Amino acid sequence: MKRSRLSLATREALWAYAFLLIPLAFFLFIRIWPAFQALWLSLYDWNADPAKRAFVGLEHYAQMAQDPLIARSLRNTLLYTLIGVPAQLVLGLGIALLLNAVTRERLRDVFRAIYFAPYVTPAVAVAWVFSWMLSANFGVVNEMLRAVGLPAQDFLRNPSLALPTVTAVVVWQNLGFQVVLFLAGLQNIPRDYYEAARIDGADGRQLFRHITLPLLNPVMVFSAVIGTIAFLQLFTQVVNLSFTDQGGPLHSTLTVALYIYQVAFGRFDLGYAAAITVLLFAIILLITLVQLRLLSRRVEY
Amino acid sequence: MLRSFVRARALWAGLLAFGLMSAQAQVTITYWQYDFKSKIEAIDELIKRFEAANPGIKVVHQTFPYDAYQQKVGSSIPAGQGPDVVNLFYGWLPTWVKAGYLVPLPENLVSPKQVDNDFVSMAQSAKMGGKYYGLPTAVRSLALFYNKDLFQQAGISKPPRTWAEFFEAGKKLTVKQGDRYTQIGYGISPDGQDHHLVREVLLRQMGGRPYSDDGRKVLFGGAEGLKAFTMYTDWVKKHGIGIPSFFPGNNGYRDGFIAGKIGMIIDGSFAIGTIRSGAKFNWGVAELPVEKVGGRKANFGSFWLHGITPLAKGPKLEASVKLLNFITSAEAQRYWLEKVGELPARKDLIKDPKLSLDPVYGPFILSLSYAKATPFVDEAAQRTVIVNAINRVLLQNMDPAQSWKIAVEEEQKILDSFYK
Repeated sequence: MKRSRLSLATREALWAYAFLLIPLAFFLFIRIWPAFQALWLSLYDWNADPAKRAFVGLEHYAQMAQDPLIARSLRNTLLYTLIGVPAQLVLGLGIALLLNAVTRERLRDVFRAIYFAPYVTPAVAVAWVFSWMLSANFGVVNEMLRAVGLPAQDFLRNPSLALPTVTAVVVWQNLGFQVVLFLAGLQNIPRDYYEAARIDGADGRQLFRHITLPLLNPVMVFSAVIGTIAFLQLFTQVVNLSFTDQGGPLHSTLTVALYIYQVAFGRFDLGYAAAITVLLFAIILLITLVQLRLLSRRVEY
Repeated sequence: MLRSFVRARALWAGLLAFGLMSAQAQVTITYWQYDFKSKIEAIDELIKRFEAANPGIKVVHQTFPYDAYQQKVGSSIPAGQGPDVVNLFYGWLPTWVKAGYLVPLPENLVSPKQVDNDFVSMAQSAKMGGKYYGLPTAVRSLALFYNKDLFQQAGISKPPRTWAEFFEAGKKLTVKQGDRYTQIGYGISPDGQDHHLVREVLLRQMGGRPYSDDGRKVLFGGAEGLKAFTMYTDWVKKHGIGIPSFFPGNNGYRDGFIAGKIGMIIDGSFAIGTIRSGAKFNWGVAELPVEKVGGRKANFGSFWLHGITPLAKGPKLEASVKLLNFITSAEAQRYWLEKVGELPARKDLIKDPKLSLDPVYGPFILSLSYAKATPFVDEAAQRTVIVNAINRVLLQNMDPAQSWKIAVEEEQKILDSFYK
């Protein structure tokens, strides 16, 4: 019998590579390649017939600088992210800590399921329910405001309230996912650390500050990065919460992703839309790199 | 030997030609529209009739949800995968033509003169540069829907004929408790049909017109335009006969009317079906009010048309035009009215007294003779211009004159960038 020249470990690795090639090919051809095509498309005036696409160079990028809706949607997107991500993290952590304190496992599972439910509810249904709850005339939210003597608010139609309102709906929807992440992170922290610290006389705040928070850092970084990307690409809830005036009222809820969609498929101006896509891609890449740099640190005890 | 070779060749050639012929005889074309139950069923039936009359042609009918429709068309046609015949809103035509998604109808198969003669005048909005890019089966106009029961309770005997009567009625129909409305007179909806009402109806009734004849210059910035605009915003600001988003949701104004909480709405003939099946009270339809009795009438007309894409080539193009001619024929339009409830696009069909005297269809039919379809170049953007002009006044208390001036500038910019 001839012995294979490759060791067992090498052969296993080769098999692994072979299996990894399939998702790699998928990733390259279905995700990366079209992304680069957008770069190329952004240099042309769109036409359904590739032969009739006129090369315009950087014209679309110059057009972006003149387009007030670009500035507006960028500002809105930034606001969504700046309000939404921290809110999601803080609330998510708060609820996860409370749930973690529930010692009966069955009960904890029930709570977790309840908090997770909004995450798997279709955005259209969420939007419909919220537009009724937030209605100035019939909504339960305004009912509560009136009960405590505050004036009723037209949350989704007031141009200065619409964006924070949409953000709140998105946070509410994402919260379940965030809670599950933090809960998993909390349960991964070894009990001994807490016990050892307690013996040393640490109080609850110190435990949280010096054990829980640092050891949750990987989950925190992951959540911040994923949450930021999701908010930078915000689209579905914005569309559905103001369906016949998408991004309105008065462009106050318009996001970059929604604007790209409107330019591409409301106007069939895919060249310009591709240019905005490239801008959004660059922004997301930059912010993600900065975040990873600033937030990541290895904690070991 | 040679002879038998020749004979064999001839036989082969014959077989080959026969094969080609039979392959050619069977053409498959694809028709696309968005999901709407009665329209899907109607097209299915029309295709069945068409295939029976044209044995060599097979039609594949595919539909998509409304929100994903343009996206689907936008990405499929460049990939060579999409429809040969496609249904689209007339307002999308300029952007679709500019981006190469439609081809002009071949003049030897569809005579432009004939279409000009046979179809209601608004169908000419399907023309660009003198060429037709599609034809409609049905057209729509606007009218006033009113709740007869609420009218009776408020002591109003008949639908308003003038705008003065309209807000008199509106005031009587509005019920407020504290800071809350429990019932409103008019279902105001800037992003529903009201932006059309301002641009195409009120403006023309005041004696203005929205654009220059070549469509390149915005003319609604004049005194008539501002008067029309202010009159509209006053319904909310001054007369308080309604508030936007009284009922939330995509078509809140219509939902509120169907729920019996709104006295009057202005809506398209396409809403007849929904209102008929939903409203559990006596309701009526009237022609839109005018400035004064005997004054100028105006209406906004619109339609969906069937266009032909660059994917239809050779025998497919011929088959596609055949299908297009069939689904816009008088027979198909009559069936469409019965099945979908939309008004026929052919002149001789709307002259039918049975239609113009119908209490529900009548007001819409009468309006068709003077309805105009706005010559949009970028429907989504132009609609936003008017909606925002209204919202600046209603939501931000901007002075109507200032807000209207912004709208005129924004609109002119859109026209300029299209015609540059």
